Amino acid sequence: MDRLQKLAVNSEGFVFDPTTGDSFTANSTGLFILNRLREGKSADEIAEELKKDFENAPEEVSKDVSDFVTHLHTYNLM
Amino acid sequence: MIKKYEKPVMLKIETGMMNKFGSSPYYTRKVRTEIDGVKIDDLVNEHGSPLFVFSESTLRQRYKQLYNVFSTRYPNIAFGWSYKTNYLPAICNILHQEGAIAEVVSEMEYDKARLAGIPGDKIIFNGPYKSISALEKAVSEGALVNIDHFDEIYDLEKVAKNLDRKIKVGMRLNMDTGIYPQWTRFGFNLESGQAMDAVKRIVNGGKLILNGLHCHVGTFILDPNAYALEVEKMTGLMYDLESKFNIKLEYLDIGGGFPSKSKLKGTYQSPDTLIPSIDEYAEAISTALYRNLKGGHMPQVYLETGRGIIDEAGFLITSIVTSKRLPDGRKAYVADAGINLLYTAFWYKYTIETDRELQGTNEPSMINGPLCMNIDVIEEGTLLPPMEKGVRLILSPVGAYNVTQWMQFIEYRPAVVLIGPNKTVDLIREREDLSDIIRREKVPERLKIKA
Repeated sequence: MDRLQKLAVNSEGFVFDPTTGDSFTANSTGLFILNRLREGKSADEIAEELKKDFENAPEEVSKDVSDFVTHLHTYNLM
Repeated sequence: MIKKYEKPVMLKIETGMMNKFGSSPYYTRKVRTEIDGVKIDDLVNEHGSPLFVFSESTLRQRYKQLYNVFSTRYPNIAFGWSYKTNYLPAICNILHQEGAIAEVVSEMEYDKARLAGIPGDKIIFNGPYKSISALEKAVSEGALVNIDHFDEIYDLEKVAKNLDRKIKVGMRLNMDTGIYPQWTRFGFNLESGQAMDAVKRIVNGGKLILNGLHCHVGTFILDPNAYALEVEKMTGLMYDLESKFNIKLEYLDIGGGFPSKSKLKGTYQSPDTLIPSIDEYAEAISTALYRNLKGGHMPQVYLETGRGIIDEAGFLITSIVTSKRLPDGRKAYVADAGINLLYTAFWYKYTIETDRELQGTNEPSMINGPLCMNIDVIEEGTLLPPMEKGVRLILSPVGAYNVTQWMQFIEYRPAVVLIGPNKTVDLIREREDLSDIIRREKVPERLKIKA
């Protein structure tokens, strides 16, 4: 089971990592991406969903997804 | 339901850590949409980004405030505007209009002051290097020349000989006033007896008339008592010279070094808490003058305030051009202004304001400039909301030293504007273009590339 699957994530964006005991807080967009990464979706798929589901999502939303994924890497969650 | 988009963020919760911000840092942010009533958008649309902006009202207000604080305590005081802090002519002229004479530290600055219409006898000429031709010009025009070293005594004696008259000079001192680092490389040291040796040399030479003492104890001095000690030592020497050599000095130049409300790197407290008010400096200096001067004796006192007057009148507008995530998790932004324009970034932590409200949680961020150099960092770490390309930052205070110490390195230097009364915006330095860079460059015929 990969690290993302092990996370405990609630609907308010509180994230707990049982492996390290670290806690995180994600905003609504961050939570949206995190949940879809846990479902195994690709960055491109998530970017498309963001454009559909969020008001004012920028054209270059995939850049934000990529940045978020990089941030998860820096937390060693991916 | 359609939700509102904001930049995705996930931050680690650091429980048990000290919260040195005193309140939640995650939502505090500063927004500035205008300077002196002029919209940031309008300024950038007209003059481009980056853009230095000076507030004339802040500058005049600050000058008046400082001058009043000192002159109400010790009336025989004059301010010499420190050209090196900012020598844009429009800026200098505002301060000259307010009553400041000029304080220059090089021939170039001397020429700038003269070009502005300042007569020689309203110019204080300091600095460790003054060419013989510069000395000749300054002396013949009546400038107050403060001697920095022994060679300058010999040079001035030559000038006196050429002019076939005795000339009045001042002398720079350095001394221990409890400030670290002690500025010992300028002037003659008091405690070691070097200053007295210099006076003897001046007296024995017979060509120079010592009529003033100058000292500048350092920069960003946070202890007003350093000035009290400086005044005590300078007045002590003044009366010593009177009793030993019958020298009657006309002025004491206490220098500058007063801090602005800038946050120095490595300091914990806010500038409002850490930096003494200007009243405390004025009180320390005037009290020391009255305590040490003989009754009824009120020599001319000069102050060379630079940073303390202008720093808070200057802003730099810069635009975010991109961002990336660093391996340590920080968000790194690239702005179109860097250390090429912000020399003071090496020791200041600027106030950073954005030109618009931004959604999203603040996260640890750094701001880099456009230079292809690893040291081009204008903010190493602060909490900022997620910013997209095009967001503008307003950095302050940047009025002191940056517009003189900026460097022309791979980029053009930006325009500088002045916001005057009734929201008038005047261009006081044009943005550079390629012609400024190549104007003095020459290519030998044999090296020209033939088409």
